[in-house]
Amino acid sequence: MALTLMKGSEAIAEAAIRAGARFFFGYPITPQTEIPEYMSARMPEVGGCFLQAESEVAAINMVYGAAGTGARVITSSSSPGVSLKQEGISYCAGAQLPCVILNVMRGGPGLGNIQASQGDYFQGVKGGGNGDYHLLTYAPSSVQEAIDIMMFAFEKAEKYRMPVLFLADGIIAQMMEPVEMPEMVDYKVDPEKKPWACTGWKPGDDPAKRGVINSIFIDTESLSEHNDVLQAVYAEAKKNEQMWECYKTEDAEIVVTAFGTVARIVKTVVDQMREEGHKVGLFRPISVWPFPYDALRETCCAEQVKAVLDVEVNEGQMLEDVKLAIEGRKPVDFFGHYGSQFPTTKEIKQKILEMKEGK
Amino acid sequence: MSVVFERTKLLTDKQFHYCPGCNHGIIHRLVAESIDELVQEGKLEAGNVMGVAPVGCSVFAYDYFNCDMFEAAHGRAPAVATGAKRARPGTLVFTYQGDGDLASIGTAEIVHAAHRGEKIVTIFVNNAIYGMTGGQMAPTTLVGQKTTTSPYGRDEAWCGAPIKMSEMLSEVPGSYYIERCAVNTNANILKTKKAIKKAFQYQLDGKGFCMIEVLSTCPTNWGLSPVEAMKWLEENMIPYYPLGVKKDKGAE
Repeated sequence: MALTLMKGSEAIAEAAIRAGARFFFGYPITPQTEIPEYMSARMPEVGGCFLQAESEVAAINMVYGAAGTGARVITSSSSPGVSLKQEGISYCAGAQLPCVILNVMRGGPGLGNIQASQGDYFQGVKGGGNGDYHLLTYAPSSVQEAIDIMMFAFEKAEKYRMPVLFLADGIIAQMMEPVEMPEMVDYKVDPEKKPWACTGWKPGDDPAKRGVINSIFIDTESLSEHNDVLQAVYAEAKKNEQMWECYKTEDAEIVVTAFGTVARIVKTVVDQMREEGHKVGLFRPISVWPFPYDALRETCCAEQVKAVLDVEVNEGQMLEDVKLAIEGRKPVDFFGHYGSQFPTTKEIKQKILEMKEGK
Repeated sequence: MSVVFERTKLLTDKQFHYCPGCNHGIIHRLVAESIDELVQEGKLEAGNVMGVAPVGCSVFAYDYFNCDMFEAAHGRAPAVATGAKRARPGTLVFTYQGDGDLASIGTAEIVHAAHRGEKIVTIFVNNAIYGMTGGQMAPTTLVGQKTTTSPYGRDEAWCGAPIKMSEMLSEVPGSYYIERCAVNTNANILKTKKAIKKAFQYQLDGKGFCMIEVLSTCPTNWGLSPVEAMKWLEENMIPYYPLGVKKDKGAE
């Protein structure tokens, strides 16, 4: 198949459509506005619906309404906008609604800036909204990988009946890369496969099949039972859905952990330092929830590993999960910037050399 | 023997949890009967109905309306209804919201649903108080009215005069039909039903946003008997919130 040069945001939007998304609700915010722009032109061509909401709050609730009918629905935003969506995301999780949410992360807190960042890791994987819930959360490190994840994102969302979150830093959306775009998936709502959805129940039908999209369980017993169901789903997802990449870690003495675009920078560092005789490798979580704790532990706690370095464009958010996985068995160091300053290969290399010298 | 009256099929058998004297029961029945009649009259296919319940006293409305239902976050019902209606445009979609939900936390969602001319019907139950949380001041609380968060009576200089949502939304270009009703007398109950059914008919005809505001009592939180509450509504609410059609593009 021929490669096409595409901007990340447009490629991700097109992939969503190819994966069967026919409803997009969103609101402009830099650096993801190209996604709603693309959707506004493309959705009518495929008989879909693009609607610019009055706010991110409304957009995620429109997602709730459309996803409740069984349709494949997507929304996108960037950090401050995703904060506004947190209420609705918690409701989607509580009501077990499959949908896809894109966060093209920019610098924070507050209004922050409009450059790429990784500052929403905590928000994405540790909660964000209220209550005990998780989202299947992916951190792509290339435009192609974002496309590939999108092609199975709706299926996973539907399998587990939980929202999927893309934690993509702004660079993924803003850069252009040659990509291979998959074929269009033919998706139609099948009430048999989605018996929970609002698809036209009428009085006289089986009362158990009436569509009730809901997250309130007012007595303690039923809310407890509902949470048992959610936790069982999360346990299943933890078992099946962990994704990661090991790059030249087999004999690595220093393993660097990084996600998203930062991992691409680290790959270059690994290659450069290997040429100079340093045994450096990269462990890259692709699913950040569920986090690949066991795989990371196995890789980073191998006998020849002397130390682990976590690199992020934040104050060390994934670092907490890296440390949880390593359980103190190896020294873990951190290098990062905030304010959207991406670390250079030179800086990371310098940090690794300092670690080797025991500084 | 022929059946001359039966309970509407659009309500489930679930017992209402509403307080004695509350008007929600009457309004639920009017909504359900109107939909049922449209089905009986062959204007609406059974099953092509989706409702959106709010947060507030009618939070459990999804348990009462016998059709596909959503329970929305506080104030967000019009946005949820927008998503549902866009996904299944051939379906009759309604929201059922109270005054805290619609006139306070959900003002952006209701204004913009009207602004887009969203083809939904909103049933807006205005009882001038937050009922479920135990009687706090709402944007619709009358000046001087005592609530648990306005114990000295609502002070206009401090928190403004009550907001008139029907008048406000009738000024939004996208709204199609807005009427304020009450269910304090038999005549008014019949008028309310007629308005609700007309709004649903407009939606079936593909017209824009419709809202029926229904003035309602809250004997529990007003601290009045159901009969006294009806009298209070007549003497205090109706003069400030005049009944009648605020906008009807279909009649122009």
